[in-house]
Amino acid sequence: MAWFRKEKKPKEAVEKSTAIPEGLWVKCDDCKEIVYRKEVEQNLSVCPKCSYHFRLSARERFSMLFDDAQYKEFATNIKSGDPLEFKDTKRYRDRLKVYEARVGKGDAVLCAEGKLEGVNVVISAMEYAFMGGSMGSVVGEKLTLAAERALDKGEPLIIVSCSGGARMQEGILSLMQMAKISAALARLAEARLPYISVLTDPTTGGVTASYAMLGDLNIAEPKALIGFAGPRVIEQTIRQTLPEGFQRAEFLVEHGMVDLITHRAEMKATLGRFLRCFLAK
Amino acid sequence: MNGDPMQFEEPIVRLRRQIEELSAMEAEPARQAEIAELQQKLTKVSSEIYGNLTPWQKTLVARHPQRPYTLDFIALLFEEWSEIHGDRKFADDPAVVTGFARFRGQPCCVVGHQKGRNTKEKIFRNFGQPRPEGFRKALRAMKMAEKFHLPIFSFIDTQGAYPGVGAEERGQAEAIAVNLREMAALQTPLIVTVIGEGGSGGALALGVGDRVFMLEHAVYSVISPEGCAAILWKSAANAPDAAAAMKITAADLKKHGIIDEIVPEPAGGAHADPPHAAEILAPYLEKALKELQKTKGSLLPEERYKKFRKMGYFEK
Repeated sequence: MAWFRKEKKPKEAVEKSTAIPEGLWVKCDDCKEIVYRKEVEQNLSVCPKCSYHFRLSARERFSMLFDDAQYKEFATNIKSGDPLEFKDTKRYRDRLKVYEARVGKGDAVLCAEGKLEGVNVVISAMEYAFMGGSMGSVVGEKLTLAAERALDKGEPLIIVSCSGGARMQEGILSLMQMAKISAALARLAEARLPYISVLTDPTTGGVTASYAMLGDLNIAEPKALIGFAGPRVIEQTIRQTLPEGFQRAEFLVEHGMVDLITHRAEMKATLGRFLRCFLAK
Repeated sequence: MNGDPMQFEEPIVRLRRQIEELSAMEAEPARQAEIAELQQKLTKVSSEIYGNLTPWQKTLVARHPQRPYTLDFIALLFEEWSEIHGDRKFADDPAVVTGFARFRGQPCCVVGHQKGRNTKEKIFRNFGQPRPEGFRKALRAMKMAEKFHLPIFSFIDTQGAYPGVGAEERGQAEAIAVNLREMAALQTPLIVTVIGEGGSGGALALGVGDRVFMLEHAVYSVISPEGCAAILWKSAANAPDAAAAMKITAADLKKHGIIDEIVPEPAGGAHADPPHAAEILAPYLEKALKELQKTKGSLLPEERYKKFRKMGYFEK
């Protein structure tokens, strides 16, 4: 290393703590327009200029989907341990503490039950702000509990995904959650109970390669990034820039992997319509 | 990570060369004795080196170009192998091999990832990285096995599912996800062996079994050490650190209840003596098959569910 060269320290990755950054104005991630924050919030956190869907917290999602924003959370008493005593540039244990303080104790998914347009449902919604919505043992366990609760009560299950994939800090245990949840969904299917997967921006990696793609219906929000490998990994593999719109919700519909794209304002009505149809007997 | 990645094998290679040179010479009692001595030393040095491999060194051993691949194990362990091709939807994927054979006289189905040894083969096998067609072909074979009440043997050896444009367009994630769900429900015995690299979802897509075995120097992880290092350390050069941190060795997986048993390898690793590696593995497969065939096929998914349901670690 030459003496005059400044050694660059790698930047710590900081996930955005809230979907919409603080301040009076926000810049849309998609169209880069500066929009009035209140206007976005009143518009279900959808950009009024280009209709980009900002990320929602799990509870914001519940409030939008459950009737009168009334729901009961369950599986609230489990939290991540550190089975591998994982340490990269920082200890996993310490990272968890930071996220718990900033986002809450629910790890990267919350589970709740209640009514959606009068239909009893179990809904799990992922929390992207908690370590990029990554799936470790807790996410796996909670989603399995949600599927088992739906099975016990004979109710449909809805999972709203928003995740970068499996949580590396729990290594192989994270990978096995994919098998665990998928096995629970197999039982739900066996019992002929509907499972609807709602895919939001972003849904990638091990989450897509398990429960997010296994819905009787896979419903995506507009423009959501959905894929198995991340765009950067693919670019490195093929050494080409990817075409515009690659791995966006619209691309997945075109290739037959997603059933339909639904605007956030229509999501609840759409889910209700399908559930009544499937449960008509 | 510079230079020869298998540097730690140097003393073994040197001894082997010496033995070879001596063997090429005229046979004399003194020379024979010397060879025998060197042979002993080789065994000792090999077991020493291979008994103390770091997780990163194990990764390199798991990727060793001479390591026995799925088709090698099939040739060594099965009779009457007949390969079948294609997912009946789009194409055949040579990164996955599927077919029917006999194990100890019993008809069975075999699926597994397949890598290539020379450049031409490697490209043909896409470096053992399946596209969606590979997973769908495997599922087709496994469903057929269920239909005809045949047990399934699965061999895992992939760096991971292929991250390409076509693979994404044709539903790489969906193909893996469907395998996970369908394998969980298969009403026939499913015996999995991780023989080399167990790379993420692409490995698990053939890995939801009633029994999961792992060769001593195989590795199994959620992401490759290079991938993990690139994300968390911001440099792929930290792969050895990531390999250690992620706990990817057979011993680690046994400790965390992910695999059922560790299958020992010959001194110096499976690549030093593939027939012997297969010989060691055979009784594990035989025993598992016998045990599983005692359970009615329709009851196996319940047992399998219980097995995977337990996986994970959290605090209350």
